[in-house]
Amino acid sequence: MTIGPDIERAGDIDRRLLMDRSVAGRRAFTLPESDVPVQELPDPSLLRDDIELPEVSQLEVIRYFSLLSQLNFSIDTNFYPLGSCTMKYNPKINDELANLPGLADIHPLQPAETVQGAIRLLKELQDDLGEITGLPGVSLAPLAGAQGEYAGLLIARAYHQARHDAERTVAIIPDSAHGTNPASASMAGLEVVTVRSDDQGNVDVENLRELADSRTAAFMLTIPSTLGLFEPNILEITKIIHDAGGLVYADGANLNALLGLVKLGDLGVDICHSNLHKTFSTPHGGGGPGSGPVLVRADLARYLPEPVAEKTGDGPDSTYRLAAPADSIGPLNGFHGSFSIAARAYAYIRALGIEGLRSVSENAIIGANYIQAGLKDRYDLAADRYCMHETVLSATRQKKRGVSGLDIAKRLLDFGIHAPTMYFPLIVEEALMIEPTESESKETLDHFIAVMRQIDDEVDSAPELIHDAPHDLPVTRLDEATAARRPVLRWSAE
Amino acid sequence: MLDAIGVGSLDDLIGDIPPEHRHPRLNLAPGLSEQELAAEFAAIAAENASPARGYISFLGAGAYRHYIPSTVRSILQRGEFVTAYTPYQPEAAQGTLQVGFEFQTIICQLTGMEVANAGMYDGPTAFAEACLMAARITRRTRIGVLSTADARLPGTLMAYSKYQDIELVDIDPDATEIPDDLACISIQSPNFFGEIEDVEHLTKLAHEKGALSVVHVNPTALGMFRPPGDFDADIVTAEGQPLGVPLAFGGPYVGLFACKRAHIRQMPGRIIGKTTDTRGRVGYVLTLQTREQHIRRERATSNICTSTQLIGLMVTVFVATLGKQGMKDLAQLCYQKAHYAAAEIGRLAGFEVESASSGGSSGSGSSGKAYFHEFVVRCPGPPAAINAALLKRKIIGGLDISDRSDNGMLVCVTETSSKADIDRFVAALGVIGAAR
Repeated sequence: MTIGPDIERAGDIDRRLLMDRSVAGRRAFTLPESDVPVQELPDPSLLRDDIELPEVSQLEVIRYFSLLSQLNFSIDTNFYPLGSCTMKYNPKINDELANLPGLADIHPLQPAETVQGAIRLLKELQDDLGEITGLPGVSLAPLAGAQGEYAGLLIARAYHQARHDAERTVAIIPDSAHGTNPASASMAGLEVVTVRSDDQGNVDVENLRELADSRTAAFMLTIPSTLGLFEPNILEITKIIHDAGGLVYADGANLNALLGLVKLGDLGVDICHSNLHKTFSTPHGGGGPGSGPVLVRADLARYLPEPVAEKTGDGPDSTYRLAAPADSIGPLNGFHGSFSIAARAYAYIRALGIEGLRSVSENAIIGANYIQAGLKDRYDLAADRYCMHETVLSATRQKKRGVSGLDIAKRLLDFGIHAPTMYFPLIVEEALMIEPTESESKETLDHFIAVMRQIDDEVDSAPELIHDAPHDLPVTRLDEATAARRPVLRWSAE
Repeated sequence: MLDAIGVGSLDDLIGDIPPEHRHPRLNLAPGLSEQELAAEFAAIAAENASPARGYISFLGAGAYRHYIPSTVRSILQRGEFVTAYTPYQPEAAQGTLQVGFEFQTIICQLTGMEVANAGMYDGPTAFAEACLMAARITRRTRIGVLSTADARLPGTLMAYSKYQDIELVDIDPDATEIPDDLACISIQSPNFFGEIEDVEHLTKLAHEKGALSVVHVNPTALGMFRPPGDFDADIVTAEGQPLGVPLAFGGPYVGLFACKRAHIRQMPGRIIGKTTDTRGRVGYVLTLQTREQHIRRERATSNICTSTQLIGLMVTVFVATLGKQGMKDLAQLCYQKAHYAAAEIGRLAGFEVESASSGGSSGSGSSGKAYFHEFVVRCPGPPAAINAALLKRKIIGGLDISDRSDNGMLVCVTETSSKADIDRFVAALGVIGAAR
């Protein structure tokens, strides 16, 4: 057995793949013997001869995956100030509750009378999210933010069509928007028109006024923006769009800044989505599962994706059911959305309650401004004003001295701090987007500020330390160009 | 902290929010302690009928009850996996990335395909994306879907393609000819009714007309039945839930997505590739990202961003735990138990089993096709009434499919049903049927 090139020095862990650990006949698990009389097999031409899969012991399974887990940064182990991703603490009780028998083991097609608790939970979460955003029509069906976004645009199109106004085929999107916005608009058959940001990071209102017209289906606005700024002209903006006959869609990725401080519906927003895996603390899981409920003003609820939980009657006699709204845009996936993610989000809202939710956003905003204040003499700000829940720095000063935003991000990893979001939004040169969340203590924020200042010192004193970073992780920088040019996407026998 | 920022209060930081809309009234309940919250959830869970309350169930139709080994639950406790983000910083995410590479390998091995992505939202969305991918590759707009497919598959495709100039064409599974201009034939096998379709024949038909073959499988069945890769299928999708993922009232699940190597640059979703670091050590990265929304924006192959990495981990640990022999044994157990149940139900007066393989109990109207762990029972009356009577006996019967098959009930039996459970179900059907 060869150990392979992975193990170069003592202390490196054994990263051989499962198939390279496989030994014929070894097993981790045994199924029970069949307790029914032997049944005849189908025609042998339908059956496969063999299947190439790992053969390892149970200890090897546990040890292998446990060791792999230790190669990750995570919220449980690291400060993770990844902008726009809201990497807050994920309360452990929520995982436990979602896995309760009676929730984790019920089938999606069970008759409604056998899953009243589950549907009640969905209905109460719908109501809570509607209350928080001021948009009372809610479907929890979308499986992630991008699906919620797509659902929102289909709803906008359905609304215009019902008004015999179907020539509206343009989505106006700010140049600071997340990539899913234009991708979803394009899926919804809309032409993307970009509105500029002004030098303060706000939507250029005059430019928007020129663009909004009888072809505008929707304006997609991230609130607060991807620059971490609350749009000061929001009421004027929603009026411009409404006067032009369009709808205002809010990307709710940054809802963590607004809980209890303002309701999107009050600002003239017609449709939004919310990422339960951001604002409502459900774990990111290394890239999902997520959940992206879509929320609309009351008269648009008839178009929501199915299903929507409904309540009939009051008090102990009330009953719950899942239903398709009258003019639903249809099903976006197999069943009812990410139920066990919804259960976690519901637990989070119930635990915090009204006061707790308010303090979430307050502390998230204070934390981000605290970091901004501690770093703005060393790093340029994308916009020199108070931010909401995240701050966007620009490493242009460091770039002139020979170190890029990417280098700084990689150097942070050496200190056990996850990198900020880099090079986004696209309109900020050498962007470093930092979102500390409300979960982190002042001590953690102070440490982060000190590390960022030290790295700025290193730009002059030890630039090679930054260029070669990270030094102390399981791997150094990886060759992404070769990975894309000659893709190796699976194990194969050498 | 406010001092350090240089403001007197929070309101100084949120001056851009219109004052008249600041601090709105919120009609929400006060917070709960952990103990109170746990009690609340225990009450919610107790309102649902589940195995924990003594119910047995014969529902399938796209979501399947299987035993989940302790290894899956154990690894799912690792906060390093659970609370990480999408691996945009590969040096700090080698755990997630290597698991994803293992996942892609396992999906290729199960399906017999050359490449796989790191997962989609669920089975139906994977299916919809596969059909749209076929349309991109062939530059055709008509998508053939077999008439025996689960209606949720074309249903999701329609919602996904509403404004994309896509037309659905119904294809008979016994077709000997298809239209000239299809982008693909999309085949669910086992189909909605549990039967194995002739993927080889249908794929040939597709290829003769320059169309692709998209095959939506049940991954459990691949422990015994020949994989689509054997039949030259172009794209394979599946609902990954049966591989170690709790039913959880419908989600989150994971969509499996594999294809021929020639098509990788048209594939949607995250893809993980192997590479080396500056010291020559093996490592893994997200790759071929120029297909994706964060680079390509409105010209991306899909809008998908956050996907289902953690569910992919469950699938990976599940398959690693069952291993080569376990996956074969699991498929055999499901097959044996389902066929036993079908044979027993077929003997009941008034009930007929519609799907029947060679040697099975053959009812009238039998298609003669082999089936895996689901089959259609024609009931002596409306399945809704029979299910209501079963429920009184703490039995959740099969899915009422009378909208697609006269008095049809789609019954699913997996390894989680003991012979005693099956006998109890059959006996109850006998009593209920005789009373009609």
